[in-house]
Amino acid sequence: MTNDELIWRIAGGSGDGIASTSQNFAKALMRSGLNVFTHRHYPSRIRGGHTYTEIRASADPVKSRGDGYNFLLALGDSFARNPQQNAYYGNEEIKPLSENLDELHEGGVIIYDSGLLDASEIEDFDERVEENDWHVYDLDLRTMAREHGREVMRNTAGVGATCALAGIELEWIEELMTDAMPEKILEPNLEILHEAYDMVEEEYDVDAHDVKIPEGEHDEEQVLMSGSDAIAYGSIDEGCRFIAGYPMTPWTEVFTIMSQNLPELGGISEQVEDEIAAAALALGASHAGVKAMSGSSGGGFALMSEPLGLAEMTETPVVLIEAMRAGPSTGMPTKPEQGDLEHVLYTSQGDSHRIVFAPGTVAEAYTQTRKAFKIAYEYQIPSIVLYDQKLGGELVNVPASHFDEEPNPSLGSTLTEAEIEDAPHDESGKFSRFRYDTPEDNGVAPRSIPGQKGGRFLATGNEHMPEGHISEDPENRVFQMDKRMRKLEAIREELDGDGVNNTEVGDEDAQYGFLTFGSSQGTVEEAVERLNDDGHSVKMLGVSEMAPYPVDQVTEFIESVDEVLVVEMNASAQFRGLTQKEVGQYGEKLSSLLKYNGNPFEPEDIVEGFEVNIVEDDEHPHTRTKFVPAAGD
Amino acid sequence: MSAFSAIGEGKEIDRNDYTPGLEPQATWCPGCGDFGVLKALKGAAAELGKSPDEMLLVTGIGCSGKLNSYFESYGFHTIHGRSLPVARAAKLANPGVEVVAAGGDGDGYGIGGNHFMHTARENHNMTYIVFNNEIFGLTKGQTSPTSPKGHKSKTQPHGSAKQPLRPLSMSLNSGASYIARTAAVNPNQAKDIIVEAMEHDGFSHVDFLTQCPTWNKDARQYVPYIDIQDSDDYDFDNTDRREAAEMMHETEDALHEGEVLTGRYYVDSDRPSYQQEKRNIGEMPEEPLAERYFDDSYEWERSYDNFLDKHK
Repeated sequence: MTNDELIWRIAGGSGDGIASTSQNFAKALMRSGLNVFTHRHYPSRIRGGHTYTEIRASADPVKSRGDGYNFLLALGDSFARNPQQNAYYGNEEIKPLSENLDELHEGGVIIYDSGLLDASEIEDFDERVEENDWHVYDLDLRTMAREHGREVMRNTAGVGATCALAGIELEWIEELMTDAMPEKILEPNLEILHEAYDMVEEEYDVDAHDVKIPEGEHDEEQVLMSGSDAIAYGSIDEGCRFIAGYPMTPWTEVFTIMSQNLPELGGISEQVEDEIAAAALALGASHAGVKAMSGSSGGGFALMSEPLGLAEMTETPVVLIEAMRAGPSTGMPTKPEQGDLEHVLYTSQGDSHRIVFAPGTVAEAYTQTRKAFKIAYEYQIPSIVLYDQKLGGELVNVPASHFDEEPNPSLGSTLTEAEIEDAPHDESGKFSRFRYDTPEDNGVAPRSIPGQKGGRFLATGNEHMPEGHISEDPENRVFQMDKRMRKLEAIREELDGDGVNNTEVGDEDAQYGFLTFGSSQGTVEEAVERLNDDGHSVKMLGVSEMAPYPVDQVTEFIESVDEVLVVEMNASAQFRGLTQKEVGQYGEKLSSLLKYNGNPFEPEDIVEGFEVNIVEDDEHPHTRTKFVPAAGD
Repeated sequence: MSAFSAIGEGKEIDRNDYTPGLEPQATWCPGCGDFGVLKALKGAAAELGKSPDEMLLVTGIGCSGKLNSYFESYGFHTIHGRSLPVARAAKLANPGVEVVAAGGDGDGYGIGGNHFMHTARENHNMTYIVFNNEIFGLTKGQTSPTSPKGHKSKTQPHGSAKQPLRPLSMSLNSGASYIARTAAVNPNQAKDIIVEAMEHDGFSHVDFLTQCPTWNKDARQYVPYIDIQDSDDYDFDNTDRREAAEMMHETEDALHEGEVLTGRYYVDSDRPSYQQEKRNIGEMPEEPLAERYFDDSYEWERSYDNFLDKHK
């Protein structure tokens, strides 16, 4: 594998510029014609702490992080606070080198900054190097950076050295740096880049190892995009011009992108006192005739429960974004998990009726956010886009043409003043906003907007008559409840008709199936390809439509195979639970592979989980994942 | 042409135009102070010539929230404590709409206290009427944030150990730019104050004393009341925040001594509204945002043209 892909890991402390350096590096590789996929690992602190970004680059499409990696650039944590050996958290300064060794492939390359790190502090370092045939380059990046500019530029020195060792042409990096850096720091950075490159070329045999950059070519223009970018752009292209929010990792990224871009589009962004207010503002703006959104991560979304229920009861269109992170409670703020599925499906009192999409890829994050808005406004129902720290932060290349779509600013089922005149009113002139004898049999009664003549009505969280008057009349209650629920059936039908949100891969006649949802999809997809290459017969269904659930499609999938392994990042098998509840049977056919240690699945986790548990029926040896057998096993 | 032709129509309005044609389900007790708010609001809206179709009345939960049932206009009866964030967003979305929010003392000063503080701080151009009866009425008489110390109820059997919240002082400190107190038993003053509040360009807070004849007999009827602007005993400048603060403090103490002081406590006409502040920094469009969605000639931007280059 080392010959056809580069998996480069840059490791340092928070504040060492890992994020920006890796983003530029990924973009440079994309521009050179490669497919890229990044994976971030960082702690919940401002400065210091072991952090890394991994960039996987290949001529073939990449849908996941890899298994381990083959090239380490260890900068050392320049913000480390407790260098004492006996401290509880250990010596942090050395962690970017010491913590990353376990996952480095045999024959891999290590560059470390000898200006900051002393490898002799790592137990058995030399033995491990020899055992694994690692190629180690201890370069004083710190001094090099100091001589030309500032110490923080040792990132650049590391990139220069990487290019020399991996055979990456410097022009790709230069071009990127020229685009991204202000002139003042560009010059010294370019000098450092070249010096490091030249020094390595002169002093080392760069062909002593075989970790080299592959060559690739794109057949159309690509953009480097994260899930957060895609969600924000999908919202903008659906005409969303109002967002309200409160900062919380990892949702903050979408909120930030929207807040930076909305003013120039004549939109409004509001950072408010808490998430209850944030969701309530989105409702208020939508009620007043604007396409609006809010969002948060688990804890903040919990505060949105009541406004979410109010949106259901008042049939106010709104889109809420939920970026999962490891829970419960504060959990692990910067680590991914898919543990909020049940939370977003059911939170808020009463019978929930809402739309939930869990996009599996960056490209899907764009299209499904758009679909979430479209359904919310056409059916007057809250839509939720459920994603996680993994999808939000991973950068991948997507064809630019994927975003070349017409905007859709339509408010959906909303009347103009002229249309209101002909619409039904009660004897006192109140507009029958909540008529249950809807024009079409989809439960949707078009709405009016405050300020429109003749359109006044009452929206209320209480059960209400067609004009909005509060009512506990039993007959009206059933009519209204059925009207609201009818929307879900119509939406289910529409989604079935589209047939684009859930992803099936593999041979239709395969013997075994994988079922997964959301951001784990790409990794399962890669595992399926590998298993089939190894002679197994497997396929996958990656589900994005969490509610209303695609019962027919999933039933058909389960019925078509002998056994199904359900893959998800949580400890209680929430997606399997949802699936069983929705399809109402097959408990004996569904087993689970779970991972909840704060790191997303690697393809190998899934390959092994399948081989050991499904094919060989052995004891599950893996400590990173957990196998839960099917009922009756 | 506006898609919202009810806005600024300026036609002659009679106060009875705000009476729903359909008799609302009666939820207020006979003698309830809430009728005083209803009457004052109808009078004020009529005086300002606001048509029911250009008003959005946003309420919380409690007897006060039923105001929507008695007042004909666009309405949003929200959830407990959350009327303000719904209301202020509607105002941002379409500044032409006359937005009035209303709720009780538990709703506004208790569960929704955070929103009250921040909406006042931001000085949104809207009116907030708090029905202050010093009790939780609809849930049958529990102690509320404004109940006096020692107040006994089923949930405070030994009397409340808490000092009551000071609504006027809190409002001033939070940043409201128009602050008044009135009482249901004083309908003319109440109407005039609501007119001023609706006309004021900024966050107007009216603490409206509404007697609860069923669950708070201790508070009597808030009579006799004194209008501090009419009385010779009080002389202060309500545009001076120090003097206003003193007067508010005195008023809040006096209420529990049985003296009902009312009037205009603070008026700051110079401070720009939040809408204006946001326009000044280029974060709010000049044209009402809601109009854009009805404007067929508007060319909607898309990410492909605006943002994709930086990802290439």
